[in-house]
Amino acid sequence: MDWVLFALIAIPAATVPVFMLIPSRYPQLVRNVAAGSGFAMFVLSVLVFVRYEFTGGSGLRFDLQLDWLENVAFLKENGITYHLAVDGISAPLVLLTGIVIFAGVFISWNIEHRNKDYFVLLFLLVSGVFGVFLSLDLFFLFFFYELAVLPMYLLIAVWGASSNFGTFTRTKEYGAMKLVLYLVGGSVLIFIGIFATFVEAGQGTFDLPVLGSVTYDETFQKTFFPFFALGFGVLAGLWPFHTWSPDGHVAAPTAVSMLHAGVLMKLGAFGILRVAITLFPEGAEFWAPVLMTLGVTGALYGAVSALAQRDLKYMVGYSSVSHMGFVLMGLATLTTIGVNGAVLQMFAHGVMTALMFAMVGAIYDQAHVRDMTVFGGLAQKTPRLAGFFAIAGLSSLGLPGLAGFVAEFHIFVGTFNTYPWAGALGILAAAITATYILRMLAMAFFGPFNERWAQLKEMRLGEQFGGALLIFFIAFMGIWPAPFIDRIADSVRAIPGLS
Amino acid sequence: MDLNLEWSLLAPEYVLAGWAGMVVLLDLFWGKLRKEQLAYVAAAGALASALTALIWVNDDTNFANLIDINNYTTLFRVVFGLIGAFICIASARFVKDRLLHAGEYYGLILLSVLGANMMAAASELLTAYISLELLSFSLYVLTSYAKFDLRSNEGGLKYMLLGAFSSAIFLYGIGMIYGVTGSTRFTEIAAALSGDTADYDLALFLGLVLIIAGLGFKVAAVPFHMWTPDAYEGAPLPITALIAGIGKAAGFALFLKLFAQAFLPLVDDWRVFIAVLAALTMALGNLVAIQQHNIKRLLAYSSIGQVGFMMMGIAALTPENADAASALVLHLVGYVITNMAAFVAVIIWYNWTGKEEISDFAGAAERAPYLALTLSIALFSLAGMPLFAGFATKFILFQAAAEQDLLWLSSLAVFFSFISLYYYLIVIKQMYLGEPPSPAGEEPARFPTPWLEYGALTLLVAGVFVVGLYPQPVFDVVEQGTVAMMAASDTAAGTVGAPP
Repeated sequence: MDWVLFALIAIPAATVPVFMLIPSRYPQLVRNVAAGSGFAMFVLSVLVFVRYEFTGGSGLRFDLQLDWLENVAFLKENGITYHLAVDGISAPLVLLTGIVIFAGVFISWNIEHRNKDYFVLLFLLVSGVFGVFLSLDLFFLFFFYELAVLPMYLLIAVWGASSNFGTFTRTKEYGAMKLVLYLVGGSVLIFIGIFATFVEAGQGTFDLPVLGSVTYDETFQKTFFPFFALGFGVLAGLWPFHTWSPDGHVAAPTAVSMLHAGVLMKLGAFGILRVAITLFPEGAEFWAPVLMTLGVTGALYGAVSALAQRDLKYMVGYSSVSHMGFVLMGLATLTTIGVNGAVLQMFAHGVMTALMFAMVGAIYDQAHVRDMTVFGGLAQKTPRLAGFFAIAGLSSLGLPGLAGFVAEFHIFVGTFNTYPWAGALGILAAAITATYILRMLAMAFFGPFNERWAQLKEMRLGEQFGGALLIFFIAFMGIWPAPFIDRIADSVRAIPGLS
Repeated sequence: MDLNLEWSLLAPEYVLAGWAGMVVLLDLFWGKLRKEQLAYVAAAGALASALTALIWVNDDTNFANLIDINNYTTLFRVVFGLIGAFICIASARFVKDRLLHAGEYYGLILLSVLGANMMAAASELLTAYISLELLSFSLYVLTSYAKFDLRSNEGGLKYMLLGAFSSAIFLYGIGMIYGVTGSTRFTEIAAALSGDTADYDLALFLGLVLIIAGLGFKVAAVPFHMWTPDAYEGAPLPITALIAGIGKAAGFALFLKLFAQAFLPLVDDWRVFIAVLAALTMALGNLVAIQQHNIKRLLAYSSIGQVGFMMMGIAALTPENADAASALVLHLVGYVITNMAAFVAVIIWYNWTGKEEISDFAGAAERAPYLALTLSIALFSLAGMPLFAGFATKFILFQAAAEQDLLWLSSLAVFFSFISLYYYLIVIKQMYLGEPPSPAGEEPARFPTPWLEYGALTLLVAGVFVVGLYPQPVFDVVEQGTVAMMAASDTAAGTVGAPP
């Protein structure tokens, strides 16, 4: 079964040259190929999730290790290997990626402008995302990490949208450049951390399991934990390095926002867990209060900022910052239940924020405005769109029975056990979330109908299908979270230094 | 001492010298030969020299104790030959359209390859100096080859004056070192320096500083880089590519060999010095590049930045192993391939449009999609992005520096790599987001496809991917070369006597 992991990375990568070979006068063929490839990724990611075996302990499933570069210079045997495996933490995230890209292809169905180039970059990005979740080699983890960031620039700058707010504008070029520079800037820190870790470990290999078996000096751990935590933290929307996120997400085309907020931000949190916390447990313990403080600040700050937005997409963008704050809080508890919650929240936030961005995109495509105050009573014209948006919103505010509740519940239990004050503030942030979500629903979708939108039509079929797919998983995790919790807990237990 | 005077060892150089003469004569006496065909003849000569060099794969011998023929030499002979061939092919249309005296032009390119070969092969300071001069003189002349272009004349003159100055400095350094060690041969210098040199501290220090300054000029390290932007901007475009490719690669082939063989016993004394120069070089090159609006000047400053990265490899040298040397040469190979790809793309663009401002690249993606794609790949590779050569080779090089307690330098290098992404993105942004200039109501004209140049470009881009996606074979070859080079000084150190 180890071919599954290889295929997950190879399928999007191999689809790229296929796209390039299709003459641009056949846009429909490009879409069909994208749909086929997206479906294959979706099926394989479900397969990885379902076929995950509970053998207990830190065992890796579908382990695959291919030589890449060894026995040259400072690299010893297995110096850099193409080492792929899943554990209970990455399995749900792989599933998440499969879901979001499959839905994303349908959401992108009506992109007309150079749709071939668009899919080339989108699939390159997805290949990188799968790579990060599956790689067990620090070199390749980082390789794919950068690969996932790189195409963003063109995706946003070419297919994105500029915003004009009257007093000031945010061009798509600005959003794209800001996003890329922030993320690559963060990776500078990761780079430095990798160099230092390799030298300190002295094993001549970048293999994570080998690096994880080394006990690092306490001072070293305390010095270099922040390099990884901050570096990956930038992508996870760590306050105060989150400002790229709303600007970038608003500028990006819909499917790219979905993937970026839904999946890419999780790469950051995943990196903190997989590299920083796993390699440097003592460093994590030392820095946990700081991480917790930043996480709570992000959660509150994002929520308050979202409350102040009139632009739908900015609201969703800030809500992402807020929710990623919850993820960081869960990680900072350094308890099994808190980390469990963090991973659950990654999945839950991934599907629901993807759904929200998809719905915002669906409205914007027709209305060409995103200001929630100019809408009103849209539910009468577009009941499905309103319903989908409401489900995403309710999950986001933590309604029991939907995905968000399960995740936030775990996080708050973990937080109250370790930092009660942070738990209290976190609950406050969740309460503010409820306020801005309900306010938005009331303003835009319910209440008296604004006649200006009499021409508004229901979502396209592709959007309905993509939305339904996401909703299925939101409800699935909300109603029956056991398959997720079992897998996550199976691996979280094995992380050193968690209580 | 018995000298090995096997003249056949220099066959690739004979091929180059003979071919250079032949190209000049062909141009003189065969008036009907079309100018671009001359380019292909010259390219064949460079290729032939690279192929001839392959005869001595895995051989380890020397010519008269002056010239090493081992895997290190062979590697660089092949690399230089290929650079020469690619430059000739890329020059074909450019020279036909814009320059006079094609024969001498191609002859000089072949001679510069010859000089570069000898620089990598030299195992003695004076031989190294003469080879360096051969390369430099070819480049001075070629830089000012567009004789009706003021910028070309200015660039050539600046390059020549500063180059002559630096050669003198280098020569003075050689004199000092000879005075202290009593030899100009790398291995004997090393042996002498392993002994007690306390009495000659000042002279030794001066000699080292002068040699570093002299070589620093040639490879354009800060603060000896002043000639670079003007020479790059003034030179005909293919010559800019030649300076950036062969000038850098040969400079570092010699720099590395000299410091790995001759001065390695003093590594603890010069490590910090080189490391600081490297840091300054990468800082200045990458920061000033942000300001540029001419693509040649941008590539000039970016190449200064790259020199900073490469000097890390010298700073990380250690007597214990050849790791840093291998990492440096690997990066050098990756850099040369990438940089050539970038330049070939820019040359094709220039042949079409005659423009070299970054803003002129607006809309290139629509007018010439393949060109825009390949140039983007090359620029992303220079910035060190994954899938491409730059990521793998920089990663290895920076790690090699970190291995020698130079983590601060690696950190700076990563940071400046990140800065470099910004200015490369500006070019990419122009190509993909800019509006192509078009007179009202007209479609922007598409360009004719230059098949041969595109072929060369495709080969180079394929190389960028090979080094980026599976560097093991390349790295193995590189390491055989550097290990052979480093081993030469080990065996000699035990046998040669103390200083006079």
